[in-house]
Amino acid sequence: MKRDLFIHLGAIALLFLLEILGIFSDYHQGNFARILVLTVYGIGYNVLFGYTGLLSLGHALFFSAGLYAAGLSIYHLDYNVGQALILAFCFSVLVSLVIGYLALRTVGVSFMIVTLMFSQIAYLCILYFGGITRGDEGIVIQQSSRVFLSLDLSDPTIRYYSALTVFSFCLVFNLWIARSSFGRVLIAIRENSDRALMLGYNVQLYKLLAVIISGTISGIAGASYGILFGYVGASFAAVPYSIFPLLWVLLGGAGTVLGPLIGAIFMFYLIDYASDVTDAYMIIVGIALLLVTLFARRGLLGELRYRFFPWIP
Amino acid sequence: MDLGPYLLFASLEGLVHAAVLSLIALGLSLVFGVMRIVNVAHGEFFMLGAILAWWISGFVFGSPAIGFLLALIIAPLIAGVIAMSSDWLILKHLKYDPEATIIATIGILYIIQQAVLMTFGPDARPVEQPFNYRLDLYWFGFSAYKFFVVFSAIILLFSVWLVMAKTKFGLILRATQLDSETAQAFGIPISTVYSLVFGVGAAIAAVAAVLIVPIQQAHYLMGGEPLLLAFIVVIIGGLGSLRGTVAAAVLIGMSDGIISVFFSPNLAKIIATLFVVIVLLIKPNGLFGSEKT
Repeated sequence: MKRDLFIHLGAIALLFLLEILGIFSDYHQGNFARILVLTVYGIGYNVLFGYTGLLSLGHALFFSAGLYAAGLSIYHLDYNVGQALILAFCFSVLVSLVIGYLALRTVGVSFMIVTLMFSQIAYLCILYFGGITRGDEGIVIQQSSRVFLSLDLSDPTIRYYSALTVFSFCLVFNLWIARSSFGRVLIAIRENSDRALMLGYNVQLYKLLAVIISGTISGIAGASYGILFGYVGASFAAVPYSIFPLLWVLLGGAGTVLGPLIGAIFMFYLIDYASDVTDAYMIIVGIALLLVTLFARRGLLGELRYRFFPWIP
Repeated sequence: MDLGPYLLFASLEGLVHAAVLSLIALGLSLVFGVMRIVNVAHGEFFMLGAILAWWISGFVFGSPAIGFLLALIIAPLIAGVIAMSSDWLILKHLKYDPEATIIATIGILYIIQQAVLMTFGPDARPVEQPFNYRLDLYWFGFSAYKFFVVFSAIILLFSVWLVMAKTKFGLILRATQLDSETAQAFGIPISTVYSLVFGVGAAIAAVAAVLIVPIQQAHYLMGGEPLLLAFIVVIIGGLGSLRGTVAAAVLIGMSDGIISVFFSPNLAKIIATLFVVIVLLIKPNGLFGSEKT
């Protein structure tokens, strides 16, 4: 199958072209840099929810694990960007291993409750250790610390390309998972975990690996966000940041590689416009969640796959 | 104050926490027990009860006790009706699929929370205590109203148990809980029962809120914390087990109250979570949970 590779590389090329041809205004360039990093977060979420069928309500924990590991090491320990990224990667693997091991001792709705609970506690920990994390106020990472291979990451164009690079790697990795035999086992677990178990797969181990991959990608997204936009704050660990990736994935189509991108673009601009109109812009999120569960359970790409293109990975 | 009286004071505060938490967690557990769904919007029905109590007390002149009694009747009623209609409009159409309902109740959570923000604004609203009397406990004075809260919670818990164990309605609930299909075959209108249970669960949370709001103040974001604690409680006690829920609520509520007095509320929740971790490692289905989920 070459056509799925063609479409996904095409999407990446399109995002490059938009920048090279200078189609973005400054405003949209900044927005899209954010959207691309957030999409990486959505891709991470999708590995667990879309492909493995495990609904987590606490992914903000993994996002903020990467965010804080990178941010605090730069702020307090004077790490450079490379070192901070490596630390954030290792910390995300560790956190998702521990949380995955604990949460996977439960199944079904208990898993959802336990993930939400752990994530809320991580948020409270960030507030409790306010001396280090500066709690709600957060940390601003100085421009002089945000240099990687002598590139100034705070420059809007370099920032966009950096975000696009991280996004491209994660998208291709996601595509590779979806096409690999490993990904097929995850989908088998989603469809019928008892049958997968009976076929001889170590379901529990595969689920744990899915949590680790999902959590680590989310952590990378968090670390990139902190470094590229220079701000690390407790609000990224709060409940809404666990709900956003769920909503992006649902809107774009759970278990589709490009779904999180479509969902993230849509929701980002919708919330952007809504927050100009009212302070209560989160009501949009509530309404969107209801509409998508009531009327569009497959999401956009999921519906297209169901009706026309069964080969969409 | 010496350590002894200070500990007594902290335990009394803990008792108030435990009483309110038992009610909130009971509502959550009742809904899960009968309907097998988790209501993430549960904390918002609690918040709704508190805001309505403040709103109602604004109309009543004279003694604050009249406003309080009115709120105790009207607020749970409104919260219950909103819950029942969201069950009828939304959850029923999702056929109570666990995953879809959890996502839908997150949607309901934000709609209720943001609607309250739009209607009543972002300020914290104080409510006057229905009666103002301090019991002199030799070392310190303690509000008699707080004892009243504990007492009311115990009465309510006892009546829920009475209804579940002794009445025909309780029998219907238990039959639905055990096997909804067989119950339906015996002529029990399952969808009505589900709507009622969802409404009653929300109403219990609203009652808890009306009781606590004279001590705590009403605010549109106040639903998050009790939801977190209720989740901790049902995981420790075992989802759907009413006995386990109340036992765990007393344990977590007491420790939450005591640690909050001595150290900080956030530390109390962090320690409670460590306890959850231990329970998950030893008995993943909760201390009182059955083997099947």
